[in-house]
Amino acid sequence: MTFKGRSIISIRDFSKQDLLTVLSHAKKLEKTPQPNLMKNKVMATLFFEPSTRTRLSFVSAMEKIGGSILGFENTDTTSVTKGETLWDTIKMVDQYADVIVMRHSIEGAARLASEASAVPVINAGDGANQHPTQTLLDLYTIQKEKGKLDGLNVGFVGDLKYGRTVHSLCIAMSHFKTKMFFIAPKALQMPKSYLEDLKKNNIPYVLEEDLEKVAKDMDIIYMTRIQKERFTDPVEYNKLKGVYQIDASLLKHTKKNVSILHPLPRVDEISTDLDETPNAAYFRQAGNGVPVRQAIIGLVTGKLK
Amino acid sequence: MKKEIIIPAIKNGTVIDHIPSRVTFRVMRLLDPQEYEHTINVALNLESDKMGKKGIIKISDRVLTQEEVNKVSILAPEVSVSIIKDYSVKKKIVVKLPERIEKIVKCNNPKCITNIEPVDTSFSVISKKPLKIRCKYCERSMSREDIALW
Repeated sequence: MTFKGRSIISIRDFSKQDLLTVLSHAKKLEKTPQPNLMKNKVMATLFFEPSTRTRLSFVSAMEKIGGSILGFENTDTTSVTKGETLWDTIKMVDQYADVIVMRHSIEGAARLASEASAVPVINAGDGANQHPTQTLLDLYTIQKEKGKLDGLNVGFVGDLKYGRTVHSLCIAMSHFKTKMFFIAPKALQMPKSYLEDLKKNNIPYVLEEDLEKVAKDMDIIYMTRIQKERFTDPVEYNKLKGVYQIDASLLKHTKKNVSILHPLPRVDEISTDLDETPNAAYFRQAGNGVPVRQAIIGLVTGKLK
Repeated sequence: MKKEIIIPAIKNGTVIDHIPSRVTFRVMRLLDPQEYEHTINVALNLESDKMGKKGIIKISDRVLTQEEVNKVSILAPEVSVSIIKDYSVKKKIVVKLPERIEKIVKCNNPKCITNIEPVDTSFSVISKKPLKIRCKYCERSMSREDIALW
């Protein structure tokens, strides 16, 4: 499917070929930067909910390919406070911009915005639902670290019940020959609907509580933060938050070249003594957001083919 | 002993039979009866050999379209629908689950944009048996038990 004019809303909308197209353009842009690719083009960044790192990554991506940016970081200064609908806000912004990047706390807001907009909308996170550019940069990182996407054992650790990045990456990796390990306490284990989809797609998976037990099998360890805001009961949060804290001693139980990923921010689930090891891929992963987002901006505006 | 006729036969129109009793009124709402001018008879908790208890809806002088019948299948996939002419069954309509369900079902995710802004809901049917539908907007999936109507 052609990317020109297309909105990037959900990883479910991507075929395997679509994923590979984005990754291949990201690789080319990283190797050969194109500082004038988006010259005279404007990207609107509508952050109805603050997200510093995602916004900075998009801004950095656009500025490095020559485009300009307008937008807001919170809704206090916009007409949303006057009761304007999202539909109307988008109908106004699409007159000013060639592409819209939007973060919103309401689930499905990005899909609705894409229906209102005459220009492509890139979803930079809609509540607990989707954050497709994060998933694409996760995939890009896996491909870069391992040189391939097929034949890998991928372990997801931590909050798998609420973790949006985990759900999306699980869907994306299902296009490849993968074995998945879901390591979480029972209360935070992967939702049944995702496991059913894996079964349907013949993707083998293992549910486990003990990380050390399966660490030796994994090529990728995808860590997540146990998010305090997801818990109504603070006692339950305190009980679970420290369950998966990893440090350099974990490497005694893993393959020598295991890559450790994390969508960041981390709290205390990855000890800083891992940061200097070649296995720590999480800061490289954040950096990979730039070429991946450049590729997406270029593709949807028709500047890349 | 002769069975008493609880709900009278209709001369012309549509009969929806074998509705699970508990969803009869929801099926009724789905069909939006305010739009109809003619008589509608509704009965529930009728004895049924097949189902134990069942509901039935008889709509006089109106032939439901295939699309309307398909909507019923969202709540009651096993119903039988007959078109009546001169007190006899002229045609049986086979109920088919639609590929998409537009407008009539409410998303059960309170954080979904369809519950916050004025926008029609839209669901794709991702599994027919058991029924599972996914919201086009928030992507939350729902089973038949979760389905609430607007």
